[in-house]
Amino acid sequence: MRTRASGRTVGGLRSLSLQAPAVTLLLIWMLIPLGMTLWFSFQRYNLMMPGMEQFAGLENYEYLLSDPALWRAMGNTLVLVGSVLAISVIGGTLLAVLYQQEFFGRGVARVLAISPFFIMPTVSALIWQNMMMHPVNGVLAWFLGLFGLPAIDWFSSFPLLSIIIIVAWQWLPFALLILLTAMQSLDDDQVEAARMDGAGPLAVFFFITLPHLKRAISVVIMIQMIFLLTIFAEIYVTTSGGPGLATTNLAYLIYIRALLEFDVGGASAGGVIAIILANIVAIFLIRMVAKNLED
Amino acid sequence: MKLSHALPLATLAVAVSAAAHAQEITVATVNNNDMVIMQSLTDEFEQAHPGITLNWVVLEENVLRQRLTTDIATGGGQFDVMTIGTYEAPIWAERGWLVPLDDLPDEYQVDDLLRPVRDGLSHDGTLHALPFYGESSMLYYRTDLFEEHGIEMPEQPSWDEVYEWAGQIHDPDNRLYGICLRGKPGWGENMAFVSTLVNTFGGRWFDEDWNPELNSPEWQAAISFYVDLMNNYGPPGASSNGFNENQALFSSGRCGMWIDATSAAGRIYDPRESDVAEVLGFSQAPVAETPKGSHWLWSWALAIPASSEEQDAAKQFVTWATSQEYIELVGETEGWTSVPPGTRASTYEDERYIEAAPFASFVLEAMQNADPTDSTLKPSPYTGVQFVGIPEFQAIGTQVGQSIAAALTGQMPVEQALESAQRSAERAMRQAGYYD
Repeated sequence: MRTRASGRTVGGLRSLSLQAPAVTLLLIWMLIPLGMTLWFSFQRYNLMMPGMEQFAGLENYEYLLSDPALWRAMGNTLVLVGSVLAISVIGGTLLAVLYQQEFFGRGVARVLAISPFFIMPTVSALIWQNMMMHPVNGVLAWFLGLFGLPAIDWFSSFPLLSIIIIVAWQWLPFALLILLTAMQSLDDDQVEAARMDGAGPLAVFFFITLPHLKRAISVVIMIQMIFLLTIFAEIYVTTSGGPGLATTNLAYLIYIRALLEFDVGGASAGGVIAIILANIVAIFLIRMVAKNLED
Repeated sequence: MKLSHALPLATLAVAVSAAAHAQEITVATVNNNDMVIMQSLTDEFEQAHPGITLNWVVLEENVLRQRLTTDIATGGGQFDVMTIGTYEAPIWAERGWLVPLDDLPDEYQVDDLLRPVRDGLSHDGTLHALPFYGESSMLYYRTDLFEEHGIEMPEQPSWDEVYEWAGQIHDPDNRLYGICLRGKPGWGENMAFVSTLVNTFGGRWFDEDWNPELNSPEWQAAISFYVDLMNNYGPPGASSNGFNENQALFSSGRCGMWIDATSAAGRIYDPRESDVAEVLGFSQAPVAETPKGSHWLWSWALAIPASSEEQDAAKQFVTWATSQEYIELVGETEGWTSVPPGTRASTYEDERYIEAAPFASFVLEAMQNADPTDSTLKPSPYTGVQFVGIPEFQAIGTQVGQSIAAALTGQMPVEQALESAQRSAERAMRQAGYYD
């Protein structure tokens, strides 16, 4: 039994008994759904064919891993997460610097800039689909028309890009919110001192602001990554994963298997693969963030 | 206990059991126009059947199907009446999920139900769901545009003619498009229409040994034709247009032609709902190689799941909502064009309906001509005109629908889209154990 410098023992029966309820609850909370998913992933189980349930071994995984849809969905997931992250981190940093400046109506402008984050995903998807990107009735089509350009049919010509735009529009404000808060803790004296030493705005940005925002940026990346891996509503409302598989991400693929094809076994296998993927991402991510936070 | 005390107690017990006898049934249905009318007539039903109260769950088609399938397959028992279609009824009946409806009262007049609709909802010759409304598909067009271009509509147009006319009418600068067709992926959306197109081009989903034939020359011809037609003369964004979107486009005067369900006729013909009511023309669905399977057959029906605990009350409701009396009631209160079509012969003998709906006899004929047991040029092992009556079809139809939508938007060439559709269908059939 290890002993701390204070002389108190760590662990031991007493503290174990105190931790037990919380740990047990956590295990039940986590392990039962996980265990059931694993169990179903080894079953041949389709809701439309009752009485055919049987142990299927690795069959569900074989079919899933040999399905071109899975690789396409993984690729789409990574592209989606990657581009939204890039847009929101780069855009968020620039906007945070901008909104930190003193200007008339700053309070109102800040609230407006942050507000997209508080709109429900389904609602924002509907607005983008029917009022912004619609090739006949949309604002963008009207705007292009002003210059005599033909309307773009966003969801069929650039399906994944359209989804990225919608999701980024929602998550950029979140990054802005976190980064703006971080900006406010930036020491003005430091900036002033740098200015007096002759540093231009670019030098201030790269050598003072950006290092100061490093922690906040890693927090933004971690939190957003967790939510972006499971983007669903925007895809469901606008493109239903199509055309073809152009906007099917992993979450949507699992939805198709589970609730359009009623293949519980196949969907569970997809779920297990999604868990593995999320864990791989999480290991790298947590290391990176933890390292940043320790510095 | 003294008797004077026991008596009130006994009456209390009786009162309690009477209250418990007041039955509440939960009805799950689609948010289509005809079902919304049914919901608005709740009071009429409850007055005629004291002791039964109705509880509604009204959902969009895809969501409804998910909820119902998961509920019935897991024996959830949330619903007492389910709205299902010709596809589900026989498959679910075979699994014993539905209450057989073989003891209907005489005044219900089962023989009045149209034969093809009845057959579609039966398993082993026994009805397992009662038809609420039935539909086939047909071609709608705007007579003003046809006159303007001097086009004469024959009794049954060919697809080549339709292609040519679409080109003549097409005028995108004025937001008028030659033809509107379904493009939204899904076995009940784009594949319903595409299947009839493939049928009439001489193709089929499966050969006699259940091998998919999605990359056959017939499919290639039909899909290439469809993609060409829509890219040249269709509205923009066609790959996200389903039945409702197209109905909105057509009734606001944006489409020269539209091929879809006959059940839309009542709404398009209603001047309160449509800008083109005055100039509405209709004709049979176009034909290419063969008239077989060129128009579909579908009905929405009410069924009682075996898991329901209020089967008696549920039966009273489904017989009421699909009866002649109900049709009469809707005609009187909502107007005769709003009557649920395509279920009873007596509707088509009713002078009031025929007068209000000039398309009536036409729809009846289209429905009676559609034969789900013989819908393809080459023989096929399945029943269903615009679907394949096997449980695996939901998965296959959904995947193929995605591929066709990809071809429509140019994400994939037609040939490649059909190859990938073929592969996914083969995988699904192999996994389901049709062959090794």
